[in-house]
Amino acid sequence: MDLGLEVEERNGHTVLAVKGEVDVYTAPRLRERLVELVTEGKRNIVVDLEGVDFLDSTGLGVLVGGLKRLRSNDGEMSLVSTQSRILKVFEITGLTKVFSIHDSVDAATAS
Amino acid sequence: MVELEIPAEPEFVGLVRLFVSSLATTRRELADDRVDDLKLAVSEACTNAIDAHVGKATSDRVIVRWAEGDDRLEVSVNDRGPGFDPSSIPQHPPVTDPERLNFERGLGIPLIRSLVDEVDFKPSAEGTVVTLVMYCGPAEE
Repeated sequence: MDLGLEVEERNGHTVLAVKGEVDVYTAPRLRERLVELVTEGKRNIVVDLEGVDFLDSTGLGVLVGGLKRLRSNDGEMSLVSTQSRILKVFEITGLTKVFSIHDSVDAATAS
Repeated sequence: MVELEIPAEPEFVGLVRLFVSSLATTRRELADDRVDDLKLAVSEACTNAIDAHVGKATSDRVIVRWAEGDDRLEVSVNDRGPGFDPSSIPQHPPVTDPERLNFERGLGIPLIRSLVDEVDFKPSAEGTVVTLVMYCGPAEE
């Protein structure tokens, strides 16, 4: 199972586009990539989840850990998703109040 | 009943999701979002089962059983781990508390509870059986 992780700079933000299924098998790769980006000095990260077909609690945990790492380095992380099946997982766990979730990369990188 | 036996390793959880979603979509009239709910709940239960095997022999297997009733689907996940008490899961701080970010784990069981209609955690002779129930329409002719 492949997890796509593509990075591009846009409007002062680092956009990490995730593609595929994020679960207990693939989430460690997402964690590694986020840690690398913070280590490289990236401080405004947008994680684009539009290409994600499946996200479980392990994936949520990695995103929570990424947000914590960024905030403790004076950074910030936001998310992009419009898919109900992905948004539902954030809603059930209450994490919609923790993350700033945008409906497009343009909106997430506008400020 | 249909049974799938997998090695207790993370790479096989995706196979369990395919097993559940293909059975749910071909055998019962279940809306797409309910299939997604069942798939995620079973996936979470398998992740916990595999986690329970960490440190044990890798030859251990996790067994997923699919059973159907007139108005329900039942999926059980059987592991050979040391067992756990689902009521012992620590409560997270409120999401508005900055301390919430210190907790990356412990979301699987609350997710399972809200995604399916019934869930039961039982110790078995070998480990733990988690049974997930989803109510649904009658079987396809």
